[in-house]
Amino acid sequence: MFGKLTLDAIPFHQPIIMGTLACVGLGGIVLLALITRFRLWRPLWTRWLTSVDHKAIGIMYIILAMVMLMRGFADALMMRSQQALASVGGAAGYLPPEHYDQIFTAHGVIMIFFMAMPFIVGLMNLVVPLQIGARDVAFPYLNNLSLWLTAAGAVLINLSLGVGEFARTGWLAYPPLSEAAYSPGVGVDYYLWSLQISGLGTLLAGINMITTILKMRAPGMTMMRMPVFTWTSLCANMLIVAAFPILTATLAMLSLDRYLGMHFFTNDGGGNPMMYVNLIWAWGHPEVYILVLPCFGIFSEVVATFSSKRLFGYKSMVYATVCITVLSFLVWLHHFFTMGSGANVNAFFGITTMIISIPTGVKIFNWLFTMYRGRVQFTPPILWTMGFLVTFTIGGMTGVLTAVPPADFVLHNSLFLIAHFHNAIIGGVVFGCMAGFNYWFPKAFGFRLDERLGKVSFWCWLTGFYLAFMPLYALGLMGMTRRLNHVDNPVWHVYLLVAMAGALVIFCGILAQIAQIAVSIRNRKALADLTGDPWNARTLEWSVSSPAPFYNFAETPRVSGRDSFWEAKVTGEAYRPPARYGAIHMPSNTGTGVILSAFATVLGFALVWQIWWLAIVALAGAIVVTIVHSFNENRAYSVPGDVVARTESAFQQQLTA
Amino acid sequence: MTIHSSLTPDHAFLAGAGQEDHHDDGSTTTLGFWIYLMSDCILFAALFAGFVVLRGQTAGGPAGRDLFDLSYVAVETGCLLLSSLSYGLAMIAAHRHRQTQVLAWLGVTLVLGLLFMGLELHEFRELIAEGAGPDRSAFLSGYFTLVGTHGLHVTAGMAWMVVLIGHVLHRGLSSDNLVRLTCLSLFWHFLDVVWIGVFTVVYLLGAA
Repeated sequence: MFGKLTLDAIPFHQPIIMGTLACVGLGGIVLLALITRFRLWRPLWTRWLTSVDHKAIGIMYIILAMVMLMRGFADALMMRSQQALASVGGAAGYLPPEHYDQIFTAHGVIMIFFMAMPFIVGLMNLVVPLQIGARDVAFPYLNNLSLWLTAAGAVLINLSLGVGEFARTGWLAYPPLSEAAYSPGVGVDYYLWSLQISGLGTLLAGINMITTILKMRAPGMTMMRMPVFTWTSLCANMLIVAAFPILTATLAMLSLDRYLGMHFFTNDGGGNPMMYVNLIWAWGHPEVYILVLPCFGIFSEVVATFSSKRLFGYKSMVYATVCITVLSFLVWLHHFFTMGSGANVNAFFGITTMIISIPTGVKIFNWLFTMYRGRVQFTPPILWTMGFLVTFTIGGMTGVLTAVPPADFVLHNSLFLIAHFHNAIIGGVVFGCMAGFNYWFPKAFGFRLDERLGKVSFWCWLTGFYLAFMPLYALGLMGMTRRLNHVDNPVWHVYLLVAMAGALVIFCGILAQIAQIAVSIRNRKALADLTGDPWNARTLEWSVSSPAPFYNFAETPRVSGRDSFWEAKVTGEAYRPPARYGAIHMPSNTGTGVILSAFATVLGFALVWQIWWLAIVALAGAIVVTIVHSFNENRAYSVPGDVVARTESAFQQQLTA
Repeated sequence: MTIHSSLTPDHAFLAGAGQEDHHDDGSTTTLGFWIYLMSDCILFAALFAGFVVLRGQTAGGPAGRDLFDLSYVAVETGCLLLSSLSYGLAMIAAHRHRQTQVLAWLGVTLVLGLLFMGLELHEFRELIAEGAGPDRSAFLSGYFTLVGTHGLHVTAGMAWMVVLIGHVLHRGLSSDNLVRLTCLSLFWHFLDVVWIGVFTVVYLLGAA
């Protein structure tokens, strides 16, 4: 009846997990009670959950990312404290190996798939349609579905905490360890289905965003007039569409091994585990650029805005982005030089890896030259950008070092590698997300974030990062490998203590961010952005009110050059209301995305526990809902011109007040 | 299935944002669907790669030349190629706004698709009965997965076709339905192209 699911699946004997569950449960109950108490269910459903507005969807993506950041960071703190405790005097620490293994796996999976990805996709959703002068994305309903499929994956991965277990295989679940023979529990199955469901959401989001950028730009916005963030988003989404199907196919093959006894990656029956490693990195390396390219775009916007200058080298920036996009598919083998592909193959991939640092270097110089002789205002977004320039360059250089195959034979799977990729991902992606969050927050909510706490947060993150990861470089060179539950080496102990301290400083940075949001909400009157253009910025998203009206633009803007809003401000064309406001055609909200994703969650859960009847019911439910939705003709409504006129004249009054 | 039918409906929105007088001609939806097809193409590329890597790994079990009957597969292939032709005729009829003809050709396509799937499933059953199931060897895992994924796509395409027949009966050959028909047409021909690859790489090279 319930497949493999029994009451034993709930880890009653593990006080850490039960304590966490109790806290999460209590928090959840309080949240639900508050929503009920303040009668927020209806607005929550109609204005948010079922919304097809790209801005609301972007905000919800970012909320998901921030919640998952807490989860992933809790894992990080546990790992750091475990290693700090269990590295001297033969101490075993407080986390048993089988639990520790789940924690480092969950940390990697959550941070990449459920923190970084939703944050990036959320920012693209929020900003790209506004930057290109569009009313919404090309497929608004699909956008809502993408969000909820990602959320369904996140729900599934969090369920594994309380019901059953998570994978103990590391974040890429290499076989043969992840095969049924060596991981017979449900951990790997949770991994597989949560990634398949959220991966489908990501793929649909990628298709949507490419179509939006290619088809819905305002008249006059040629490709070479697009803001750089839009360019990098386009390239990142092309990478999504080109790379995520490989992940889907690879995980599907592993699932077939586990569920139907096939032999793709098994030790016996002619299977080839090395094929998995090749395939997963053919997705995995482009994934790195899916995350970091949009951040390069964010830094480009931020640098130009806060230096009050045109971005230096727009064309080279675009070409560098495109180069990186193509090259990102030619380097995957550098993740496993030690696997034995032979010297010539290793040399080829070592060289392509070094080549990819050239367009990246071009970008670094472009940002520096943009700031050179500019009037740089040291706001939080620019601080994050400058922190990125230094940190990411260091991470890039250690990357080039590990790209040398002979060096990699020493550094492979050591903490040097861990330090390197955190250096690139925190320095590049996290700093980029934070810069973008501080930069576009007023556009989403209508008020700025508190600057002082933003700076506190930045400095904590920056110093915390160096404290936490520089010791890992040293430990890696001393020979400490990754994923160790306990070691007994008094020399390493000191370094691990410093790393632990660094993690705590980063924790202060996260607390400062929470405080920043809370304080800014309290002071929202004083921080209000009445002009829609708080930073004296350059691109179209700043030409409308903050928060942007739900229809984005009362009249489709005409674009005559790069930085068109800046040009309009110079010539005095900005903010000029049109002669009359026409009616606007807008998509209607729909609950189908939420319902389908609920079915997907149930389907994933049923497949994990092999409750076949439930899986069939959930799949059938999803198909029926899809078909019924396709017969729904009531997909759009018209906003009358006078409603638009009223909204816009209120904004005009704010401007003149 | 979920992907395909959810992609089609949104096309009426906002294409050429803000040009209220300018109704979308369906090109946005069609472009989006093309991009989806390219992603599906990469999914198949990964499965093809997996198959080619594992082709020789028979683990002492049967190889392609022991199992495949090329004349049987030729009939299968004929069904699928003819179904592409009949779908093409349905599209010609759709552009001429001949609803009955559209439905008739869709019916023919459906029958040919069912024949194809029947032949494929029959082949699968025979293989499994002979002890050459997907768990026998890495080669057979790759074979069943690649051919089966194609078959799953064909099945999804047929389910979509049934729903689309419902749409045409419900609303006639409206502009929405024409866009839907175009997308399914792309999908159906795409599966034909993939099958040419399967026929060559799996069967022709396998039986040689």
